Amino acid sequence: MFKILKAEMLCENICQQIVEAPRIAHSCLPGQFVIVRADETSERIPLTISDYDREKGTVTITLQIIGASSMKIAQYKTGDSFADIVGPLGKPSELCTDPIEEVRKKRVLFVGGGLGTAPVYPQVKWCKENGVEFDVVIGTKCKDTLIMEKEFEDVAGEHYFLTTDDGSYKHKGMVTSVMDELIAEGRHYDLCVAIGPMIMMKFAAKTSLAAGIPTIVSMNPIMVDGTGMCGACRLVVGDEVKFACVDGPEFDASKVDFDSAMKRMALYKTEEGRAYLAAKEGDTHHGGCGHCS
Amino acid sequence: MAIEVDVMKKVPVREQEPKVRATNFDEVCLGYDQEEAQAEATRCLNCKNARCVAGCPVSINIPAFIAAVKDGEFKKASEIIGESSALPAVCGRVCPQESQCEGQCVRGIKGEAVSIGKLERFVADWARENGVKPVVNAEKKGKKVAVIGSGPSGLTCAGDLAKLGYDVTIFEALHKAGGVLVYGIPEFRLPKDKVVQPEVDNVKALGVKIETDVVIGKGTTIDSLLTEEGFDAVYVGSGAGLPRFMGIPGEQALGVYSANEFLTRNNLMKAYRDDYDTPIARGKKVVVVGGGNVAMDAARTALRLGAEVHVVYRRSEAELPARVEEVHHAKEEGIIFDLLQNPVEILEDENGWVRGIKIIKMELGEPDESGRRRPVEVEGSEYEIECDTVIMSLGTSPNPLISSTTKGLEINRRKCIVADETTGATSKEAVYAGGDAVTGAATVILAMGAGKAAAKGIDEYLSTH
Ligand SMILES: Cc1cc2nc3c(=O)[nH]c(=O)nc-3n(C[C@H](O)[C@H](O)[C@H](O)COP(=O)(O)OP(=O)(O)OC[C@H]3O[C@@H](n4cnc5c(N)ncnc54)[C@H](O)[C@@H]3O)c2cc1C
Ligand SMILES: Cc1cc2nc3c(=O)[nH]c(=O)nc-3n(C[C@H](O)[C@H](O)[C@H](O)COP(=O)(O)OP(=O)(O)OC[C@H]3O[C@@H](n4cnc5c(N)ncnc54)[C@H](O)[C@@H]3O)c2cc1C
Ligand code: SF4
Ligand code: SF4
Ligand code: FES
Repeated sequence: MFKILKAEMLCENICQQIVEAPRIAHSCLPGQFVIVRADETSERIPLTISDYDREKGTVTITLQIIGASSMKIAQYKTGDSFADIVGPLGKPSELCTDPIEEVRKKRVLFVGGGLGTAPVYPQVKWCKENGVEFDVVIGTKCKDTLIMEKEFEDVAGEHYFLTTDDGSYKHKGMVTSVMDELIAEGRHYDLCVAIGPMIMMKFAAKTSLAAGIPTIVSMNPIMVDGTGMCGACRLVVGDEVKFACVDGPEFDASKVDFDSAMKRMALYKTEEGRAYLAAKEGDTHHGGCGHCS
Repeated sequence: MAIEVDVMKKVPVREQEPKVRATNFDEVCLGYDQEEAQAEATRCLNCKNARCVAGCPVSINIPAFIAAVKDGEFKKASEIIGESSALPAVCGRVCPQESQCEGQCVRGIKGEAVSIGKLERFVADWARENGVKPVVNAEKKGKKVAVIGSGPSGLTCAGDLAKLGYDVTIFEALHKAGGVLVYGIPEFRLPKDKVVQPEVDNVKALGVKIETDVVIGKGTTIDSLLTEEGFDAVYVGSGAGLPRFMGIPGEQALGVYSANEFLTRNNLMKAYRDDYDTPIARGKKVVVVGGGNVAMDAARTALRLGAEVHVVYRRSEAELPARVEEVHHAKEEGIIFDLLQNPVEILEDENGWVRGIKIIKMELGEPDESGRRRPVEVEGSEYEIECDTVIMSLGTSPNPLISSTTKGLEINRRKCIVADETTGATSKEAVYAGGDAVTGAATVILAMGAGKAAAKGIDEYLSTH
């Protein structure tokens, strides 16, 4: 059993949980994920590690309620325990595994959309701690859906650019409009890392690639085991079929076939939609998750 | 009423009616009862030079255990089997007996072989139901061994090492121990709670610790087990779980699964049960590509979920690699076999869902390296089958997670770990390997045999180091 030391709602439909998982905390790196199975009858749900503490032996997960399984996990409060949490899975971000002297020569543009804000965080924090220069663009629907503002202010300071789709807070517009502005200002980037809903990553990557910036995106296809055993997570990258759980989840955006990936994501929509409706009447499906595009 | 035995024929075994079982996930074969088992046991000639034993990869003393069954000494029979096999309730159910023990039985020359598998199953089930437990009284050796993977080879190796007094921990990537026995082979062939779990519990009763949710090669590596965590040796029994796809157009369509995904959802995640959350596609018309045990399991699972199922296989019936009993059961249940045919393309509808599959007919040409006649395409014979689900069951290969993260571990062209057959020793000191990770996808009993051999090899190594 894996005990939850702290659980809180960050906004109406996003929750964050700090979970005791010493073996994972001991070795995980930014970019990697875990799979959570809440109880005996639950699905195995992949979630990115959005922070970790090696000393305390904890990892943090941040989860958006979009269906029955994410809602089940979100109901686990401080003091409860998950039946299973396995990880770290996937490859770490190349920023953390490439030779540090090389990485320090780069200026990085991070782009986080919606829930993607959470998985961007450990990478930004890592850059800060290792002396790598960066800017961060975070986009969200409106002020109410904004998460982790304080954390980003602390690690990124003046390099933190916030935008809301409806202009209810800070800049108004999509992340791509902020990216355009930064690039137009003459800021130089050697790498862009974009994480968020599939549709956001598709357009963010279009923007950065057009500016000649190599771009990495984090893919979240359907997964079952997360160890390369089932092939559910397969994606077309370049001309090759890759398994996101072991070959990714981060890939070179110029090679990703976003359209076929988005199509595969829709796989369980209908069946699961019914399960969700049965679990709770009402509308907690706020979109922005990439599943509804 | 005494059972009349025709010495030429096996005592028939009771099974669920095909029509009934096609709609449930309960075990198909009901097994012998005491009387039937004792009757079948009388057919054994108790041969001096028993050929059956040579056909069993772990050399169970078959005539001796069958003689004990005949005399009604079931506990003794179970002890005899226990000398050679740790998982008899599993092997009695899933071994390809026709090509192993029973394939060699002298009774089989003129009539039907003795039903060795069913007798083994009877003894193992009897032992479990009557609370017969393995006993350990080995002196502690004070040395630690890590076993990677809780499939049949890992469980066997761990059990044998524990009996020798080693402190053994199994690391398993999934949340449940058992390997293919829990995620691959379906409930209707190998009941999980009734048969697999007690076998896992027996290994635990020997003192073996099982740590689930640990993927070796991610974070924790073989090197860190040997250095940081103080293990004196490691056994790699990580199986061959990486699924292959065909590389034909349309394979990314919605409704195309690997057999591993389909079976894992259904068996490990229990998607067929309403009280479990994991979904599974209940197709109306399903095409399964392949002809092995895995293909049969996927096909019969899809059938039980309510589909009409076609098995498309590129060779002829004689070459079907599945156990004969499974093919027979599949046919009885109404699976349609489209033999000597091969898919060339999966067809999608406007939403990206599978709407059909394009198939080409094959004929058998010259024998290939495997000695089987090579199937060749019949030009211009393509046709389409309408379907909504395609399950690819083309075989699996070892997952590179371990080999790619362990310095000095030699692998061969097929990505299998290179290991000595008699000791399991690999190219890396203190690291042993066996089962599907070494041979590629094979059988439960071969994986167990390799686990046993490696336990011996590890004991010899640790006795001198
Ligand atoms: C590598 C990776 C990292 C992720 N990180 C995060 C994260 O940090 N925070 C977060 O909120 N979400 C994350 N996700 C997405 C998250 O796993 C899905 O939102 C979740 O599985 C949806 O389940 P649901 O039942 O609540 O929603 P629904 O959309 O209703 O799910 C429908 C069904 O689709 C299937 N499904 C949909 N997406 C997935 C998936 N990715 N894997 C497995 N099954 C799926 C499930 O079978 C489910 O039953 C990540 C996904 C991946 C692959
Ligand atoms: C559907 C299906 C049906 C079959 N039917 C039959 C049959 O009827 N008769 C028969 O004899 N054989 C059958 N087989 C084959 C047989 O099951 C295998 O040959 C046998 O299970 C191999 O045993 P193993 O212990 O080597 O590996 P596995 O049973 O594959 O176990 C390996 C275990 O290691 C774990 N693992 C892998 N990598 C790691 C890692 N990095 N860290 C931690 N754990 C890891 C896996 O999760 C798995 O649990 C079938 C196989 C399948 C898939
Ligand atoms: S273990 Fe398998 S091969 Fe050996 S006797 Fe039993 S059924 Fe036959
Ligand atoms: S070969 Fe057949 S008849 Fe002879 S001992 Fe073995 S099972 Fe009995
Ligand atoms: S999730 Fe099963 S192979 Fe990636």
